[in-house]
Amino acid sequence: MSHVFAFHGGVHPPENKRQSTRTPIRQAPLPERLVLPLSQHIGAPAEPRVQVGDRVLKGQRIAEPVGRISAALHAPTSGIVTAIGPHPIPHASGMEADCIIIDSDGDDRWIEHAGLADFRALGKAALTDYIRNSGVTGMGGAGFPTDVKLHLGDDHIVNTLIINAAECEPYITADDMLMRERASDIVAGIEIIDYLLKPSHILIGIEDNKPQAVKALEKALKGCTLNIDIRVVPTKYPSGGEKQLIKLLTDVEVPSGHIPADVGIVCQNIGTAYATARAVHQGEPLISRIVTMTGEAVAQPQNFEALIGTPYSLLLRAARVDTGSLFRLVVGGPMMGFTVDNDQIPVIKTTNCLIAASPDEMPEAPPAQECIRCGLCEQVCPAELLPQQLYWFAKGRELDKARHHNLFDCIECGACSYVCSSAIPLVQYYRNAKAEIRSDEAEQRKAEHARQRFEARQARLEAEQAEKEARRKARAEAAARNQAARKDKSVAAAPASTAVQAPAGEPDLKQLKTAASVARTKLKQAQKALKNAEDKGLDGVDALRATVQALNIKADAAQQAYDQALNAQSDASAAPDAKQLKTNAAVARTKLKQAEKALASARETGGDDIGALESRVRELELRANDAQKAYDAADAGSAGTQAPDPAKLAQLKADMDAAQAKVDKAQAALESAIASGSPAVEKMTAGVEKLRGKYLEARAAHEAACTPAAAPATSPAKLAELKADMDAAQAKVDKAQAALENAIASGSPAVEKMTAGVEKLRGKYLEARAVHEAACTPAAAPATSPAKLAELKADMDAAQAKADKAQAALDSAIASGSPAVEKMTAGVEKLRGKYLDAKTAYEAAGGTCSDVPQSDTPADADAEKPVDLKALKQQVSIMRTKLKKAEKALQDADAGERDALAHEVQDLNERLNSARAELQSAEQVRIEAAAAAGVDLKQLQIDAAMARAEVTKTERALGTADSTSATDLEQTLLQARSRADELSKTLSRFE
Amino acid sequence: MALIRSSSPHLRRAGSSAHLMRLLMFATLPGTAAMTFFFGWGTLLQIGWAMLLALGFEAAVMKLRGRPVGFYLRDYSALVTAVLLGLALPPFAPWWLMVIGIFVAIVIAKHLYGGMGNNPFNPAMVAYALLLVSFPVEMTRWTAPFVLQGEDGWHILGFLDTLKLMFGAIEHGAVDAFTSATPLDELRHRGGLTTEEAFRNSDVLANGVGAWHAVSAAYFMGGVFLLYRKVFTWHTPVAVLGSLALLSTLFYMFAPDTYADPFFHLTMGATMLGAFFIATDPVTAATSNRGKLYYGAGIGILIFVIRTWGSYPDAVAFAVLLMNLCAPFIDQYTQPRTYGHAKPNRGQKEST
Repeated sequence: MSHVFAFHGGVHPPENKRQSTRTPIRQAPLPERLVLPLSQHIGAPAEPRVQVGDRVLKGQRIAEPVGRISAALHAPTSGIVTAIGPHPIPHASGMEADCIIIDSDGDDRWIEHAGLADFRALGKAALTDYIRNSGVTGMGGAGFPTDVKLHLGDDHIVNTLIINAAECEPYITADDMLMRERASDIVAGIEIIDYLLKPSHILIGIEDNKPQAVKALEKALKGCTLNIDIRVVPTKYPSGGEKQLIKLLTDVEVPSGHIPADVGIVCQNIGTAYATARAVHQGEPLISRIVTMTGEAVAQPQNFEALIGTPYSLLLRAARVDTGSLFRLVVGGPMMGFTVDNDQIPVIKTTNCLIAASPDEMPEAPPAQECIRCGLCEQVCPAELLPQQLYWFAKGRELDKARHHNLFDCIECGACSYVCSSAIPLVQYYRNAKAEIRSDEAEQRKAEHARQRFEARQARLEAEQAEKEARRKARAEAAARNQAARKDKSVAAAPASTAVQAPAGEPDLKQLKTAASVARTKLKQAQKALKNAEDKGLDGVDALRATVQALNIKADAAQQAYDQALNAQSDASAAPDAKQLKTNAAVARTKLKQAEKALASARETGGDDIGALESRVRELELRANDAQKAYDAADAGSAGTQAPDPAKLAQLKADMDAAQAKVDKAQAALESAIASGSPAVEKMTAGVEKLRGKYLEARAAHEAACTPAAAPATSPAKLAELKADMDAAQAKVDKAQAALENAIASGSPAVEKMTAGVEKLRGKYLEARAVHEAACTPAAAPATSPAKLAELKADMDAAQAKADKAQAALDSAIASGSPAVEKMTAGVEKLRGKYLDAKTAYEAAGGTCSDVPQSDTPADADAEKPVDLKALKQQVSIMRTKLKKAEKALQDADAGERDALAHEVQDLNERLNSARAELQSAEQVRIEAAAAAGVDLKQLQIDAAMARAEVTKTERALGTADSTSATDLEQTLLQARSRADELSKTLSRFE
Repeated sequence: MALIRSSSPHLRRAGSSAHLMRLLMFATLPGTAAMTFFFGWGTLLQIGWAMLLALGFEAAVMKLRGRPVGFYLRDYSALVTAVLLGLALPPFAPWWLMVIGIFVAIVIAKHLYGGMGNNPFNPAMVAYALLLVSFPVEMTRWTAPFVLQGEDGWHILGFLDTLKLMFGAIEHGAVDAFTSATPLDELRHRGGLTTEEAFRNSDVLANGVGAWHAVSAAYFMGGVFLLYRKVFTWHTPVAVLGSLALLSTLFYMFAPDTYADPFFHLTMGATMLGAFFIATDPVTAATSNRGKLYYGAGIGILIFVIRTWGSYPDAVAFAVLLMNLCAPFIDQYTQPRTYGHAKPNRGQKEST
């Protein structure tokens, strides 16, 4: 027997253990009905695997663990599942929780089971899995799943295994009796735990009031080769507390907020070792346990081996309870146990003791007096706290101070309450204060989230506003440029090839149509506004009326232009649209087929209208043939007219192939995700769909390019259409946003839904924009090649510079031994990866554009420092504000100052424009940089937004969830949050 | 089955605040006996009168505060205050002095601050200090120990005469033979004499100290009994006596003519009463073990400082009150190191 250390404080309540150790452990009677709570352990509740009405055998697994920290549940006897639902469970609050209820059939028939012949043959992982499937949890009190404690990560090296046999609480003798009677099984269990944890030595801590148990253990250990020491510790409550026992046996203190494994120690209860041995050697899952049934109200205090799920009433009866003197029924020990007022509550895996106390034995607490700070509590506190001060703070709700006095290191052992001379229920105050602090913290977290969300939203809105503005400007400028370019081209290349030039000269039908519809929409809006204004008698009705009139004229003009163009087109359709023709042919064929079918069925049924149908079929046949012919002719004709630009075709083909590759890759990723049950499956599916869409688009573009003549014509038209789509989407978003803001202002209850709607619309808008850009870029690509190349080069150089800088920083960090080295290394790796990306992009671009003279690219000149997009945006908005101010001033100014102000306004206007242009070009760089790195920025933004939405949703769900599903949700939330973080991080790399 | 529900723990050790208070009063018995032996019935009468008044005031205040009178009277805290004040006041003090004292102690110093457990200052000492400042003549007219009252051995004022004296039926001038200054007074007002000369010349200092030695020894016994019964820990009394002894030894070693010897300091006046029965009042003391050491040391130092350089002969009441003021501050910096923490928390948590 080696040296034992000491822990601070402790008390010596009357032991009252003798009463229940006079007779050996007795098998409790088989209950007629067993109630098995799904959550008998710490962690997620088990998931039922049986249904009401199922017949189960003893030892059959009836509920599976969910998640890492959870435990399986087994039928303790054979019978029929009669209910799965809420039933009172052993809990201080007297609450109900989901239970599986089994009606015993009285046979107590085992399922086929066998232990492991040699558990060492099994790998460690397999063995812990086996233990997990046997439902073994800590038998001491908390019920922590044993497999988790046996399967520590590699960062935990176990020096010492402590087997807790102290059983320091008065009254309880379950462990004592177990050791006396089944010491060899306990040693077998310790061997299994030793195999899994490989500790350098094993200590069994046992209080000196159990000499018989010590003797039995010593005897059982005789043949054991393990390095096991039995350490007898003085009887003092709470020596069996994990932290106190560790201090007693090793003089090591577990640092606050850590687990024993962090200091190389693992504690297991003696009962847990026994249950482990039964599971491994006999194949018996944890379906019964030793329960001490004691107290003055029972005539025969003793220990029962009771099936899990046995109601208390059965044990009370078996111990011959005197219901007249039963005053208080305590589950667990008298110091830390809780009372129940329902004797139908079942024994669970952690129920070590039931005390049926008489009024004399545990009288009601006397009324509390004032604390006189006598300090007795301080002298007995095993956590070395100042309970009197904590009480003071808890009572005065000075929770900050309570925390500062280490309230959360209180183990709620009850020693302070036990000695309190003023009979103050101190532990109750501490529990309450802890709960209050926890709920306050939860509130604070929520508020913090709300604030962050609000700020993020605010920032997003601002950014979007600025972006919108910039984009609008960009569009206007691009349009102007295109106009100019077209003019130039038409002038320069007029005589060259009429086939190519013809469509360019023609009025753009689609664009005209869009213009007409836009004009109509605007008109309608204006009309609405006018009506509204009139109804409410607002000012400016006249102005609105004028606007409506002007718009009316504009709309008419647009409509006319469109109609004219349409006529002209139909007149001039000398070269029929091959595609259209093809479609026609197909439609005709389909119709024909339908008609034929109808005819056949009519024939079968002998209808009257067979004749009519026959004639219709013939007619359709003819039409189909005509259509096909027309199409063939057109196809042949167009094939001859123009050889498509081979370079462009090749590029489109490459695009298409790339898209296909992407789709394939995404599909593969999706499949693997499905296989691994990843939660991102839905999102990935959406992504795959989107990619497929893109691929189809690319293919369409390619095909369009292949079909000559039509291609140049459709291209701008399609672009215009896409643009119109985009604009419409943007308009929708804006409108929805406005409506949402209104709703928020008026405090409408539909705000949440509307927010979601706006998000969705925004997503659509972004998609439309992306498509539009995708359509725009290939056209622009060949033209901007040198510039782009230069940009890529600049990107590459910048990336290299960054990587070099980071490397230098890393080196110096290593030299100075900074703790951030790891993180920095990762950063450097990432930067290097970026650099390589940029380089490949540059090389790829350089390869395809080999005809571009490399020497005269003004790369070095253009390679300015990475532009600060935000700063530019800010500048733009500042300019805008200034401009607006100036304009206002101009309006208000009198004639004398007007000139000067007008000048200023102009000046500002120019500055604004230049700032915008700068911003726009910077943004372009950004998008291209992102594209070069293989990232679809838009997609990324959408994903990030969606991830954020997911986080919000989960948070909201968590807020309303009950405690049982909260843990699951918390996990989901963590995942969602990490994904959102990741995405926003990626995003921020490009912004 | 009517099962009760309650929070853990379900066991309570026997013992209550009232029990602690009773032990405390029991522990003053040797001191009371010694006082009565040396100074006559006055002490007992004062204690009895004080207890009566304390119960009356306590009950009245409880009634005013709407609290259950019986429940609070049974905690004995008022009686402890009464006993301490009764021991502290001169045995021949007039009746109204005690009325004022108990009123101040129970009503003002205790209940106006929220009652038992909430008072920042020791009620008995607040009353004592107030009386000493307001009625210095009555408060310093101490009874002469019997050894000084006559050559014929045991000769003190009778019980009835003392009672009459207390309630004004006899003029104080009639019993001048029975009063004298305390040794501390004598030393304080020794004029230009050295301590040695003072001890030689003063009857009180030469012969009267024996009675005080005996009384102090009696209090010491009571204190040790309380320590043995774990009513309080050793920290406060040891710190008080230790610091006082250390300081007086130092000064006595360097200037024995000017300063009294440590034994004189430890046994005269209310040192023992203060160290074991007043400074250990848990309500107003520092709370952690380490805090109690600082708190007690502060009292010891202040006793010496005030006795030596202050204008009052005894200093226990002032020293205790001054340290009562410091107790919350001491508490903030003397939290024990909690299990699992590298070092103790200090100061007040900054509000974040």
